[in-house]
Amino acid sequence: MQMEHVKGRRRGEIILYALSTCGWCAKTKNLLGELGVEYSYTYVDRLSPAEMEDAIREVEKYNPSGSFPTLVIDGSRVIVGFREAEIREALK
Amino acid sequence: MTGEGIPDEIIDARVEKIRKDAEDGGYLLNPDPDFVRALVAGICINEQRYGYAACPCRLASGNREEDLDIICPCDYRDSDLNDYGACYCALYVSAGVAAGTIKAPCVPERRPGRQERKKMSENNSANVSRKELIPVWRCRVCGYLCARENPPLICPICKASQDRFVRFM
Repeated sequence: MQMEHVKGRRRGEIILYALSTCGWCAKTKNLLGELGVEYSYTYVDRLSPAEMEDAIREVEKYNPSGSFPTLVIDGSRVIVGFREAEIREALK
Repeated sequence: MTGEGIPDEIIDARVEKIRKDAEDGGYLLNPDPDFVRALVAGICINEQRYGYAACPCRLASGNREEDLDIICPCDYRDSDLNDYGACYCALYVSAGVAAGTIKAPCVPERRPGRQERKKMSENNSANVSRKELIPVWRCRVCGYLCARENPPLICPICKASQDRFVRFM
């Protein structure tokens, strides 16, 4: 799946599943930038149909409602939505 | 977030239309104009991509019939306004959020997940019986009637507040 990598402070494997049109996804991405952590992200709405299906299945694995933004840390901790305090706490 | 090739004036005009429609109906938009503009740009992009104004904070299927519930304003807006003070995107907000005295909350997704939606569409009879359970509310000021889970925060006809409604049926 097509992922963009953003360099920064290593705080584990951080993956952000986002939509390019979504305000809360943009806020989450900005927060990760502000925290200066290394992460990968993908805009699921911009993927090809096959890649999109893979991405949706992956998001649903962590977050059954399949909503965005879904932030996955080390394949175990999942934060759904722009939960600023929770994201700051997890990545401090 | 950029307009993905959509001219600025198209987005600006859409913001104004959405703002006017909201105000006419007693709804309020998020007080952050940049946030509103970015969401409206998302709506314009989705309209261009899919042919309908799908919610910018949800992934559209490309099939209008499957996504009727998430065409903005979505089926969930008023319930989320009632319960959280903002719609899922926080494009539409309560008076407190609009005034800046309350921060727009993180609204959990109310729309059923993909698998659940599929089951629901296969089992349409359940939806028919549910219709009878929806209450009807009456605005005591102007008599406006609406069938929905809760009365609107502001009467779309006379702008009376939610507490002026009584259960009618």
